[in-house]
Amino acid sequence: MDRFLFLTVDGLARGAVLAAFALSLVIIWRAARIVNFAQGAMAVATTYIAFTVTSATGNYWLGLASAVVAGLVLGALVERTVMRFVGNTNPLNSVIAGLGLLLVIQAALGMIFGNGYRAMATPFSSTPISVGGVSAVSPYDLFIFICVGLMVVGLALLFTKTSLGLRLRASAFAPDLARLLGVRSSRMLTLGWALSSAVGALAALLIIPTELGLNPHAVDTVFVYAFTVAVVGGLDSAGGAVAGGLAVGVVLSWVSGYLGATLTPIAVLVLLLAVLLLRPAGLFSMTKERTA
Amino acid sequence: MRPLTPLVSLLLAAAAAAALIGLTFVVEPFRSYQLATACAYLCAVAGLTLLTGAGGQLSLGQAALMAAGAYSYALSANALAGAGVEGALLLLVPLGASILGASILGVVIGCAAGRLHGPYLAGFTLALVVAIPAVTSTFSAVLGGDQGLWITVEKRPTALRGTVSNEQWQAWLAIICAVAVMVVLNNLLRGRFGRQLRAVRDNDAAASLSGVNAARTKIISFTVSAAAAGLGGGLLAYVTQSASPGAYSLVLSLYLLMAAVIGGIGSLTGAVWGALIMVFLPYAVNTFTANLPVSADVAARLDGNLAVAVFGTILVLVILLAPRGIQGLITAAGRRFRARFPPGQSPSNPASAVVPVPQSRPSAETPSSGTQAPATETGTPPSGTLSTTKGQR
Amino acid sequence: MIVSQHPGPVRSTPAQRRPAANKRRHSVLAAAVTAAALTLAACGSSGEGTSTAAEDVPGITDSTVTVGTHQPLTGPAAAGYASISPATKAYFDHVNANGGIHGRTIEYTVKDDGYNPANTQSVVREMVLQDEVFAVVGGLGTPPHSSVLDFLNDNEVPDLFVASGSPTWNQPENYPYTYGFMQDYDTEAKGLAAYVQEEFPDATYCLFGQDDDFGADFKTGLESALGSDSLASTQVYSTTNTDVAAQISDLQAAGCDVNFLASINGFTAQAIGTAAKLGYMPRWAASSAGGDYNTLSSYLGENTDALLEGFISSNYLPANTDTDDEWTAKFKEINEEYNPGAAFDGNTIFGMSIGYLFAEALHEAGENPTRESLLEALESGDVQGNGHVPLGFSADSHAGYTGGMITLVSDGVQAYTGSPYSADGDSVSAYTEDRPAMPENGIPQ
Repeated sequence: MDRFLFLTVDGLARGAVLAAFALSLVIIWRAARIVNFAQGAMAVATTYIAFTVTSATGNYWLGLASAVVAGLVLGALVERTVMRFVGNTNPLNSVIAGLGLLLVIQAALGMIFGNGYRAMATPFSSTPISVGGVSAVSPYDLFIFICVGLMVVGLALLFTKTSLGLRLRASAFAPDLARLLGVRSSRMLTLGWALSSAVGALAALLIIPTELGLNPHAVDTVFVYAFTVAVVGGLDSAGGAVAGGLAVGVVLSWVSGYLGATLTPIAVLVLLLAVLLLRPAGLFSMTKERTA
Repeated sequence: MRPLTPLVSLLLAAAAAAALIGLTFVVEPFRSYQLATACAYLCAVAGLTLLTGAGGQLSLGQAALMAAGAYSYALSANALAGAGVEGALLLLVPLGASILGASILGVVIGCAAGRLHGPYLAGFTLALVVAIPAVTSTFSAVLGGDQGLWITVEKRPTALRGTVSNEQWQAWLAIICAVAVMVVLNNLLRGRFGRQLRAVRDNDAAASLSGVNAARTKIISFTVSAAAAGLGGGLLAYVTQSASPGAYSLVLSLYLLMAAVIGGIGSLTGAVWGALIMVFLPYAVNTFTANLPVSADVAARLDGNLAVAVFGTILVLVILLAPRGIQGLITAAGRRFRARFPPGQSPSNPASAVVPVPQSRPSAETPSSGTQAPATETGTPPSGTLSTTKGQR
Repeated sequence: MIVSQHPGPVRSTPAQRRPAANKRRHSVLAAAVTAAALTLAACGSSGEGTSTAAEDVPGITDSTVTVGTHQPLTGPAAAGYASISPATKAYFDHVNANGGIHGRTIEYTVKDDGYNPANTQSVVREMVLQDEVFAVVGGLGTPPHSSVLDFLNDNEVPDLFVASGSPTWNQPENYPYTYGFMQDYDTEAKGLAAYVQEEFPDATYCLFGQDDDFGADFKTGLESALGSDSLASTQVYSTTNTDVAAQISDLQAAGCDVNFLASINGFTAQAIGTAAKLGYMPRWAASSAGGDYNTLSSYLGENTDALLEGFISSNYLPANTDTDDEWTAKFKEINEEYNPGAAFDGNTIFGMSIGYLFAEALHEAGENPTRESLLEALESGDVQGNGHVPLGFSADSHAGYTGGMITLVSDGVQAYTGSPYSADGDSVSAYTEDRPAMPENGIPQ
């Protein structure tokens, strides 16, 4: 039972970050109908900025803030300089442009910072707190839960309670109509990219210290799983991304703990297949899937 | 222009194969090897052109199907060699097995993925290709784990040894297979199946209403694409004498897709450009960077990374400046040339020079066939007849 | 003449469709012809004109010897290994600046394969068929190098000092051109097992290993030394999943006191870090493939010293921390001069030692080296390298270093302890002879 609890909590902590990463993919999908393959590389780039700032100042929180700001800027930059001009004639083109950016960013990071791994400090201890002989949650896990939770609530409030959120949603779902009503769709699109990139930046910053360390390829695997999570949850659904993230995290942990680490990619494939056969547009998708 | 009968098209294909085979006599063995790998990749890229270009189904799993082909080749070749089989049988049966093995996986994926659209299909095929190393590790007794399988291959016939290098022989086999794949896929795309595929891509509800079985069409397209990729994988296994999970990674899948798009996903000719770029561009860039006069420290940072950066930049530029790929550029250039100098007229004919050619609507024959075809093609919506506009989607 | 040849019911008027098909067919042809032209053009620029003298030995001229290697310079594996080939290059630069070997400078071509066997195939063919290297030296990684083993031997290219501990490289009958370098995982496991059994006789032993041949070979070695049911728990990890909490908590639950690690550096660090998070502090005994203190500290960050205290590993080359070692001092000097800005660590020593071993073999191969004389020199056993244990090279064995020495981390310094061991049938025994002295200036004379 202890082991079950341990594996579950460990999976939830990892799943929370996957959820955050998936959320960043969902935001772009909703705003622009694009799956951004460069998201992982962009997030790693911002983490390098955080790493540099933290190393220079010795302050984790300054690093965190700079990563989020850098995420906003980088997202807007990518939209304004590349994605805007890709055009909508073929959904493939945005995928390929994303892949091109992925290669450029990873290679640039390799050239600037080198290919080696760099250890990243955590602001809180990662040693689990023992409660009644059962140790499961570490302060850092709690920090992850709180960060992701705050982010989800913040985004939900932004999208549902503010006029900015309304304009964002309007220009995503009915850009022409929104434009007629005075919403500056193009600006909203840039904002969507910036938001998404900032969310991705935060997710990468949270997960990299629990992985091997900072490296241009640090979140390659995380990106693949996050994409899977977004698909499991339904690309249109923010709630689906969160639930899907937690579910995939826990399944990964259980399979790893009870069946063997080798099987985890197969388990993800089976989970994905099962979900997609039952609900081809993801577990939580409310609308009928679109053909993009 | 003269109409082209299947016989003539076969003759042309044979001529192309003969020309390429002749080429292997004048180039160095390493070029032959590159040509062989380009042909192997061409099979997979052409399969992707059919599936994604004409069928509109975004698959990131082409490497998994190549892997299925490569492992089928390896297992059957080793089994045959173990049983003492030699000669042409040891060459042809494994190639057949690679097509069969990948086709079976293609049917399975097609059945599962036929209902999925766009990013959902991409997500599923992504998870599939990522699971390959896990599959080979789990069944390492049969599939050889991370290290993969070594293959006993039938080398070139004894009569050719001394006159023909091993690389040349490998290139011949790959050229013949690739040309065969191109002929088959070309005929499929030009025929009824191609029209159905495009109809389903453009509007599957409308296609179903007009009597096209959308699900069946999708499954067939997956299977055909898988068979082509499987043959490519089998060829790669033959040429490299090995099948290992590292060779069929997500990166290969992404590169195959990039090759198809850069070449021009609208046509099979684009696949030729794509496969060539896949082999020769990284090679050219690496050769270039290796000769840059920089210090040891800078060289260590640039090594490898610069090539990746250049490749990525070219990719982004192609998408921004020539979204229909190289073949799109060539078609447009050809059209502009013809518009300025129409055949049979004097080059200075002002009438044709001033007629602007619409950039977004290629295919010079569209006006005639586009208006008449709906009347004759009863079962297909009009958009299905725009056989050369598939790259626009 | 046309209609009937169309298979199936013909719905369109063929005459209307044919022009399009015709055009497409022509463009396929055009593409093929252009491809041919491109290929031809590319050939023109290939590097030729090097074989002037020396009776046409590939890669050898009067003044140069060209060798090549394949290394992961990009991709996820680059993090652990990309610093090796610059060190080898620095060593060759040092040799070249001092007159080379028999008056020939060593030209060293490094090709990036990203640890992907498909790329390895391509770059190695390029080196052999295009650049015409004399030998391939220090090709890195079991899966990548396995894929070119047949090719190199079919083409009779010396395939020296493969940077991997797999026993595959030691098959003189099947692969006469291939020579190993590292002590193999099996021997290493036996050496570590012997040490651990002596120091911690009553402890519970467990294994945390990679889910491939590396882990499997290591386990075989451990079990033959310790007994077939000596491991209380065996956990495996996959390089695609960096979360190892499940496996480590299992080791903890099984009450393991000493954990053997058949893991690469990143996962050694991940295992130790995860255990610390769980409040689990066992002894660790790691393969040299994942036991380099400096590399581990780059993963573990500021807690390194506390986490690695008492960390057991094994090595056979000069220790990078031992500044009294003549090799270490020389290599450090070379690193500062020819590889400025690069850290001096286990990888540096590894890369330079491979460079030295090749220089020594080339020196022994005579004034006018050929591929045959190079291999004869290696089989003669005169090439000794700079390790603490002998190389296994002979006519019957192409095994690299036949053993190693235990290293222990104490107060943040990883240093050798005890005396070297070397393989001795199914077990290991102490090796007592002294290491050959370093030639002047670290260059074979």
